Amino acid sequence: METERQVLVIFPHPDDEAFGVSGTISTHVKNGTPVTYACLTLGEMGRNLGNPPFATRESLPKIRKKELQKAAAVMGIQDLRMMGLRDKTVEFEDDEKLIQMVTGLINELDPSLIITFYPGYSVHPDHEATGRAVVRAVRRIPEEKRPKLHCVAFSNNHESEIGPPDVINDVSAVTDQKIGAMKAHISQTGWMIADREEKLKQNDPETLAWLQNERFWNYQWENDQVK
Amino acid sequence: MEPIQISAVQEKINEFANKTVYIHLETTNGAYASHFNEGFFSAGAYIRNAQVSYEHGKIIGEGPFRVGLKLPIGWIYAEGLTHFEEDDLGRLLLAGHGYDGKLAVALEISETPFE
Repeated sequence: METERQVLVIFPHPDDEAFGVSGTISTHVKNGTPVTYACLTLGEMGRNLGNPPFATRESLPKIRKKELQKAAAVMGIQDLRMMGLRDKTVEFEDDEKLIQMVTGLINELDPSLIITFYPGYSVHPDHEATGRAVVRAVRRIPEEKRPKLHCVAFSNNHESEIGPPDVINDVSAVTDQKIGAMKAHISQTGWMIADREEKLKQNDPETLAWLQNERFWNYQWENDQVK
Repeated sequence: MEPIQISAVQEKINEFANKTVYIHLETTNGAYASHFNEGFFSAGAYIRNAQVSYEHGKIIGEGPFRVGLKLPIGWIYAEGLTHFEEDDLGRLLLAGHGYDGKLAVALEISETPFE
């Protein structure tokens, strides 16, 4: 993995980073690179409340905020920004306001690498809106000055349209942090952790690959679909 | 939250009647429904901090329950409600949790705006 000067991670929900990016974040931190994580919402609309429920619609954001802070601590992130938007409303925000929010972060932090969702291939409307805002903000920067833009994609059609990931990070040195980040978001990831831990015990190759590698796509500026 | 007790919920609904209250109403299949099952038609609706005053309200059914609030010139209702809580701010929180533990519907009434 290349050493970066400054990394800026932008996702809409606490736990968006846990499953497929927490190893990369932890590796950058380990390399001594400052990492800023801008999390747009507190996941207020999460549906995993249990039955019997462990939280209400009103108490969930407080729980998820604490989980986010804990995950950041596990990954070693010192600069966690909670941007105050509301879950499931990101796509309805004023587009220019979102671009300015991202531009403000870029101007302040001067990142050499930005990590976000790949617009068009990231399923949740908040993921899509976040990815679009980042692409629009970065696009305004002259090409030779643009930071690298690594995107997460997982829609059902993604590989047939944008090909296989062109960035695969070996994160096997930070598996504790990765599992720790997953566990920090326990209200949302509980069911997944039990499944993964069982498979890890059995040395399931797919689960080991998930734990040791993280996949990204460089944003394809030559095939820019964001309006 | 605890499983709905009709009498406790009805009492709270009555307390809010003819006052200015704020409503949170939400129903959803989740943002991933059509991702995991491409044939699934996903729909949902959401309103937060609608300021209303209702003439009367009623909880009805044998579980899951339905709640309807009659407005001077309209209605609010929710179905599929399973759990309730009167929280520390005196708000009535009603929710419907599916068999999978996921929230499917929420109806909340408060005398002060929701955050």
